Amino acid sequence: MGIINTSRIKSPWIMHFDNSSCNGCDIEVLACLTPLYDVERFGIVNMGNPKHADVLVVTGPVNRRTARVLKNLYAQIPDPKMVIAVGTCACSGGVFHNCYNILGGVDKVIPVDVYVPGCAAKPEAIIDGVVLALQKLSKALGVAK
Amino acid sequence: MNQWWIAIIAIIVAPIIGGFLAGIDRKITARLQGRYGPPIVQPFYDFFKLLGKSRIATSRMQFVWIYGYLVFMITCVVFLVLKLDLLLLIFLLGFAGISFVLGGFSSKSPYSHFGANRELMQILSYEPVLLLMALGVYAQNGSFMISEIMKPGAAPLLPSLWPIFIAVLLVLTIKLRKSPFDLSTSHHGHQELVKGIMTEFSGPYYALINLTEWYEIVLVLGIVALFWANPLWVGIIIALAAFVLELIIDNIAARMTVGWMVKFTWAVGLVLCVLNIAYLYLIKGGA
Repeated sequence: MGIINTSRIKSPWIMHFDNSSCNGCDIEVLACLTPLYDVERFGIVNMGNPKHADVLVVTGPVNRRTARVLKNLYAQIPDPKMVIAVGTCACSGGVFHNCYNILGGVDKVIPVDVYVPGCAAKPEAIIDGVVLALQKLSKALGVAK
Repeated sequence: MNQWWIAIIAIIVAPIIGGFLAGIDRKITARLQGRYGPPIVQPFYDFFKLLGKSRIATSRMQFVWIYGYLVFMITCVVFLVLKLDLLLLIFLLGFAGISFVLGGFSSKSPYSHFGANRELMQILSYEPVLLLMALGVYAQNGSFMISEIMKPGAAPLLPSLWPIFIAVLLVLTIKLRKSPFDLSTSHHGHQELVKGIMTEFSGPYYALINLTEWYEIVLVLGIVALFWANPLWVGIIIALAAFVLELIIDNIAARMTVGWMVKFTWAVGLVLCVLNIAYLYLIKGGA
């Protein structure tokens, strides 16, 4: 099982979901894939399909419409999986907190592993968040890191 | 007994070579796009990670077809290394492709169906070219056997079959799922409709598809290498050069439509093959 656990750390495929974000954080998430940051050198690939993903990257506060979609996507990701909330809105609801249609942060709907605050969160912070999530996973799996 | 050992070694070594080629593919593609790129062993990390994921089933038949795809592809590789019948190898490759298509059709997802339809169109594009390639080999050698091509002292096929070689390069683009023919599924467009036929495969079954693709890379490059089988190292260099050429085409070409692919491969590939075979039979007087 050692090689599978090592591979889990080396190959996190992320899926990005936009709840009701202002697109600021979304653009920063996509900026990670550009030649400047190039997250593919860590094996991170941006997937469009929850069935292939390992890490769910969520931006924006959860509203009543997207809560159902978010739960569905989370259920479709095969185990082991992780959730990263990117941006202040995804962490707590941000400026949309207490709006009539907003439930709050992502953790109101699905369990969140790592919070990346910022408005908008910088690409460096997002990469840090993924690294932190991987450290958390490697501790849970008992892989030395 | 010797044949068994060759087959077993090929079954073990082929995916390792294929995996490294896939890693080199990702590295070169990244460099061409101005990125640093993942390590060469990245496809193996992806493979083992996928093996360790939980199994989510959308349809039970899907998995039968995926195992069929893998088994037929392994059989093709064994046919190649044991130097058996080229025509039979091409029919088996057709079976492998159809298994994959049926795997895509066996779930209810419309994306999966889109991808499976496009995969069928791809088979429609490359299968006639491969069949005519086998006929061309027959016209040259008087035999479909790969052992006849690789017989010591046999003349290389490339000087007399170069139009067919160009047509086979088109097939190589389709089989490696490279632009402009990466229609049913692509290695790059992860958010697009072209993830298509892969949509419903997850976890260990997706890993099996990756494994089959590694066998496929080795198989199609092996077929390209047959064009200069004496000495074989020239053929292998030609195959690797063709592989790098595909990567460059992949990065400079846009994706075309399905109809364009069928028209193009038939208009260029089939015409080149037919002219070549006609030349061999009518002008040179056949085998």
